[in-house]
Amino acid sequence: MSETAARPDRVLVIGYGNPGRQDDGLGPAVAVVIEQLGRHHIAAFEAYQLNIEDAIDIARHDIVWFVDASLTGPAPYAVRDLSPGASIEFTSHILRPEALLAIARQVFGATPEAHLLAIRGYCFEFVEGLTSGATDNLAAAISMLTERLGIVEAEVLA
Amino acid sequence: MSDIQTTRAARKIVIDPVTRVEGHGKVTIKLNEAGDVEQARFHIVEFRGFERFIQGRMYWEVPVIVQRLCGICPVSHHLCAAKAMDVVAGVDEVTPTADKMRRLMHHGQILQSNAVNVFHLASPDLLLGFDAPVATRNIVGVIEAFPEVGKWAIFIRKFGQQVIEATGGRRIHPRLCIPGGVNQNLSVDHRDSLLKDIDQVIKWCEAALELHKSFVASHRDLYATFASFPSSYMSLVGPDGGMDLYDGTLKAITADGKPIFEGVHADHYRDVIIEEVRSWSYMKFPHIRSLGRDDGWYRVGPLAELNCCAFIGTPIAQTARQEFMTLGAGGLVHATLAYHWARIVNMIHCAEIIRELLHDDDLQGTDLVLTGDRRPEGMALIEAPRGTLLHHYTVDEHDQVTGANLIVSTTNNNEAMNRSVTKVAIDYLTGKEITEALLNHVEVAIRAYDPCLSCATHALGDMPLIVTLEDADGAVIATRVKQ
Repeated sequence: MSETAARPDRVLVIGYGNPGRQDDGLGPAVAVVIEQLGRHHIAAFEAYQLNIEDAIDIARHDIVWFVDASLTGPAPYAVRDLSPGASIEFTSHILRPEALLAIARQVFGATPEAHLLAIRGYCFEFVEGLTSGATDNLAAAISMLTERLGIVEAEVLA
Repeated sequence: MSDIQTTRAARKIVIDPVTRVEGHGKVTIKLNEAGDVEQARFHIVEFRGFERFIQGRMYWEVPVIVQRLCGICPVSHHLCAAKAMDVVAGVDEVTPTADKMRRLMHHGQILQSNAVNVFHLASPDLLLGFDAPVATRNIVGVIEAFPEVGKWAIFIRKFGQQVIEATGGRRIHPRLCIPGGVNQNLSVDHRDSLLKDIDQVIKWCEAALELHKSFVASHRDLYATFASFPSSYMSLVGPDGGMDLYDGTLKAITADGKPIFEGVHADHYRDVIIEEVRSWSYMKFPHIRSLGRDDGWYRVGPLAELNCCAFIGTPIAQTARQEFMTLGAGGLVHATLAYHWARIVNMIHCAEIIRELLHDDDLQGTDLVLTGDRRPEGMALIEAPRGTLLHHYTVDEHDQVTGANLIVSTTNNNEAMNRSVTKVAIDYLTGKEITEALLNHVEVAIRAYDPCLSCATHALGDMPLIVTLEDADGAVIATRVKQ
């Protein structure tokens, strides 16, 4: 808990990627599941990619989970803690979560606890729907994430 | 953070974009026998498989489906596809409410997209200096030096997104358009909410322009010459020759401002543009038919839009354009860095258009959709944030899409980006080492165009810029990767 025990941490889950590109839809799929749980202290939204104004939402939460598909890395998923860290890219089509955290800190004075959940994907072509391997990884990732969020499995299945 | 790799073996390292590494950019600089820069190429991966993705879909689904193409410009694809499918639906002119709802959404999209480029991407280079340390040459460094810039970046972008949400019903995957019209008008609540903020947004855009001009004033030579060259330009213009980013006809001009063609409607684009394929790139190389392959390349985007239009029909942006055009000393403006100035002028124009539209009662009209006699083919043009965008579809008698062709803004700028990178390599490469300074300058040149990288897929793991130096035999001398 980041403040008092009386108020649960405000949690934000940002699932980003393109559901029209197969396993790139892993992030949004997680956001949809979390949003449907309807917990008042847990917000979730999906996006094609991170955007600079997301810093506003990030600054309003105590804990932020960034959820993205991973091209490489371990299956079913990997989790790492994030710290603010600004960078400059060669196109506006890239914005890293660390940069958003840096902007939230710089503009709003907020430094939420932040994690990256990288779910392993396998195919990224112009096809809707996850591959079977990614679907399995998604289930494992949601199980882990909901446990970290203090949500019991029965609620997720319901 | 940069990761330096030097390869001394006399063999060429091929980084094949067929493998799943979208989201990366690759620059190859080739030297001649004398060790001077012969040419440089910027390779990026373009859409693949899109035609297959679209084929067989019902034509009325397409305006929503095409938003899968791009995480930055889904609205541009949504609107351009809708315009093409208006033609397929047999509707040549939508109702005033539909037209103005689409224009409102479009200008909100350009406003927010340009804001990201101007503040997040360009301002670190321009306000902190090309050679500022990488650790601080970023948006956070800018905010430290210019605290108000962070506020402008976030809230102008947020306002643009609110316009999209108000018109399209949702933050992502907006569903405003259907063939022949729109699904909804603008509620009075949304109108009033946007009206509360629009004047402030315009003031912030004007302030951003003043800040940009202060950079130009102190870097006149650099601004005029960096990555720059004379070129032809192409954009849409309105029927009166004025700027129109949503609709109009194609106009192209030579480097000295003479018309190459004008008044070209979307369904005649193939009369004036040829799309060429080259062996070393997955991108197409469109060029102007009458000028041929070698001379027919051109630039699109904000710089082209300001050079091609005769005027801008909103007062603050028109005044800003008049001052901008003085950079050309009576001719066109060719400075590549002037893309950023032009982009801010466009932001002002978009904000002014949004304000005008919000005072227009047609947005609360209820005549939303028209129908007509089905046609087998539809083509449409729009000025997306990065420039001219074309959608072309064929549809069979079962209402299913049988063919699709897109020319996106970045494709139009393909040759120009190569030339800008070549100019940077000539001006800044010393010896046979890819220095941090060279890498920085290459990036600055590319940022001016803000290329689209088939970005809707951006999964973790691959988003570097890779610069490779090759000798006259094609052997790799050095490679530098910016992660």
